[in-house]
Amino acid sequence: MCTLEKRGNLFILTLTGEDQHRFNPDLISSLLDLLSQVKAQATSGSVLITLAQGKFFSYGFDLDWAQAAGSERGAAKRLQDMADLFKPVIATLLSLPMPTIAAITGHAVAAGFTLALSHDYLIMRKDRGILWMPEVDIAVTLPDYINALFKEKIGDASVRRDLFLRGLKMKGDEAEKRGVVKAAYDGEAEVREASVCLAELREKEVAR
Amino acid sequence: MCSLEKRGNLFILILTGQNGEHRLNPNLFSSIISALSRAKAQPTRGSALVTVSHGKFFCNGFDLDWVNAAGSDEETQQRFNLLLDYLKQLVLAFISLPMPTIAAVNGHAAAGGIVLALCHDYVLMRRHRSVLYMIDLDLGIKIPEPFMALFRAKISGSARRDLLLRGLKIKGEEALKMGIVEAVYDGEEEVTNAGIKMADDLAKRNWHGEVYAEIRKGLYSELCDILGIASIPIATPKL
Repeated sequence: MCTLEKRGNLFILTLTGEDQHRFNPDLISSLLDLLSQVKAQATSGSVLITLAQGKFFSYGFDLDWAQAAGSERGAAKRLQDMADLFKPVIATLLSLPMPTIAAITGHAVAAGFTLALSHDYLIMRKDRGILWMPEVDIAVTLPDYINALFKEKIGDASVRRDLFLRGLKMKGDEAEKRGVVKAAYDGEAEVREASVCLAELREKEVAR
Repeated sequence: MCSLEKRGNLFILILTGQNGEHRLNPNLFSSIISALSRAKAQPTRGSALVTVSHGKFFCNGFDLDWVNAAGSDEETQQRFNLLLDYLKQLVLAFISLPMPTIAAVNGHAAAGGIVLALCHDYVLMRRHRSVLYMIDLDLGIKIPEPFMALFRAKISGSARRDLLLRGLKIKGEEALKMGIVEAVYDGEEEVTNAGIKMADDLAKRNWHGEVYAEIRKGLYSELCDILGIASIPIATPKL
């Protein structure tokens, strides 16, 4: 599901496997666990990079798991439960006592996009991968904390409108131009390298 | 005053009438709000609404002639407050409309007319012969909430300051650069057609109207708080 590695002052949180890294209670629980480890080991000069393996950063909530509830009402309840369980993940990232970087090498969709956006810096691939909030297409509303996060992080009203009301699938180029991500690069390795470089820069700034 | 036309899944709200400036008075306000209710009452999945007008003006703001025709200072103030109330109802009606909305600004828009345009999800504008002017500063009129909240919701950064604090007459290209409008077109026909085409494209996405409105309210949560409305969470995905 996810692993944590420490390389000097760098904490590397990886969503493992070639799957869509969809959030269900298990993955959320693992993430919270690892993030609390990061917090416990934090020192001056620490930096977190969040990576994902494969074609996806994360495709959001595990809708299959939700629908396995067996009824429409059951599915809605499971989705609501996941939205509630996911909130602490965002809260923990926002309160993490170190700079945080999301290295987005694949699609970041719905809660996956939200996870990425909870980091201080977003670095994305130009040649592959999209940022997408499909809620308007699947006809569900967004939890209040997700609305609030997007409002805080994305200053441009038109961008927020395009993401939420148009279900825009935003590629790296556009994301960089419109200020949703810090930078976009061609290739997975380049994104990871850029993330590490940025992490080292931030590390040095604090260590001064 | 205004008419509502239905073309397939599209609602076309047309500001009509001898009143070339399409100034907002109780009649026009009631007319628009009533048209929006009619649109809302019909099945809304895969719908969209585009507002168009004809002539030199999109909407030149409040009908100040009507306000000033009142018998006394007190009544003048009352009439003005009434128009503010109506404008608030208009904002409410648009914010809750269960379909995407587009304003095709064919001509000049001032004060309340800009509020009308900004009530829409998307604003298209004519490149020339069309100017946005928040005249309130020059006339010494304060802009109350919730209209300030609408500006905060829809326009970012220094564009908002420039719109509200500089008394600028903003032409199409400038409005585009400032992020107030989506796109500009040459000619009244072009901007109207572009509005209709955009409405058509958005309607084809076949969005669930009610959910679209709730997502919109969540997007503009501060405005909704000030208007005193809440957004309803809808958690059952229509896959």
